[in-house]
Amino acid sequence: MAMTVHVDIVSAEEQIFSGLAEFVALPGEAGELGILPGHMPLMTRIKPGAVRIKAPNQQDEELIFVAGGILEIQPHLVTVLADTAIRGKDLDEAKALEAKQKAEAALAGKSAKIDYAKAQAELAEAIAQIHAIERLRKHTH
Amino acid sequence: MASGKEIRTKIKSVQNTRKITKAMEMVAASKMRKAQDRMRAARPYAEKVRRLAAHLSQANVTDYKHPFLIHKAQVKRVGLILVTTDKGLCGGLNTNVQRVALNALKSWEGAGVTEIRACCIGNKGLGFVQRLGLGAVSHVVHLGDRPALEKLIGPVKILLDAFQEGELDAIHIAYTRFVNTMKQEPMLEQLLPLTGDKLGTPENTWDYLYEPDPQAVIDEMLLRYVEALVYQAVAENMASEQSARMVAMKAASDNAKSVIDDLQLVYNKTRQAAITKELTEIVGGAAAV
Repeated sequence: MAMTVHVDIVSAEEQIFSGLAEFVALPGEAGELGILPGHMPLMTRIKPGAVRIKAPNQQDEELIFVAGGILEIQPHLVTVLADTAIRGKDLDEAKALEAKQKAEAALAGKSAKIDYAKAQAELAEAIAQIHAIERLRKHTH
Repeated sequence: MASGKEIRTKIKSVQNTRKITKAMEMVAASKMRKAQDRMRAARPYAEKVRRLAAHLSQANVTDYKHPFLIHKAQVKRVGLILVTTDKGLCGGLNTNVQRVALNALKSWEGAGVTEIRACCIGNKGLGFVQRLGLGAVSHVVHLGDRPALEKLIGPVKILLDAFQEGELDAIHIAYTRFVNTMKQEPMLEQLLPLTGDKLGTPENTWDYLYEPDPQAVIDEMLLRYVEALVYQAVAENMASEQSARMVAMKAASDNAKSVIDDLQLVYNKTRQAAITKELTEIVGGAAAV
């Protein structure tokens, strides 16, 4: 039997994937990461993109789109803590700002506006999704 | 005693009320199941984040200590995250959690806390805070049936930022913990600084490689941990809300039923009395002739 590593992909809202894999590839912050069983312990942030999982006894790779998060690798365990939304310092800041505006608006009785940063992040998410889809298409052809 | 027609109208109106409460009970029952599933679905993430955060807090890779882990000797300024429901008709759920929050506010005042900043999740809590005249620094309402982490990040970040910059010495969270369908407990927990018992100790330790550097990863990790705690609280609160609403509406339907029974009895008695009276009058009249 081929060497395998256990992969868990969880988001705050649900468990996305749990199972064995021969190979996992995902977009790390410093570049694309390929993980084989027995990888050295590593902890890093990941960028929005597709996680590719090659399950044993299966021809096709499974593609899962994540909006960023944190990756933890132990020799026989890979955990991806996926974010449910695109995160970033600017964006979090924008959200906080928006919330603040809303609180102030609630006091003053005005409505808040949507931010430029939010639109930008939505665009980034859409692009990452398109990339994932393109890769999926290439695989099927 | 009221006339027959009046009682009939009253019965009709109570029956209509009962139809509504019965419908709400059934809606809450079905939503409750979903809310409980969502609460359970959030557990694997919370568990994994907790494990990682525990590991990181123990690891002495650097002498870097994250502000979330630093305890202040004197707590002067406190942040409060108040998790309540958006809608009413759920029994004493919101009242209970508000009472817990109010007691906490009083005890903080007694302990020399000079400033309180509130972040309200849910409409009812927002109203409560405004009535108290505290003024919420941030709030999020109309969460719907699905708690979305995305909506929570911004409002919570305002408090977390204040904590990180040293404007707040502690952050507490008040919510309703889901025990089971019949029992929900109002809770007040300390969110920040993170306490040791909440993190626990890891069973085994690894030496990780950190990319890009330990500090960045630790920052990110702890932020997610705190957010996961808040998310869990909101998910529990939603499950509690639906359960409490179901129980409250069931009690209301049962009460309506007993009111209808009582009224029906009164109605039958009045009708019988009217018939008897008429008969006696006829008989009396005939005897007089």
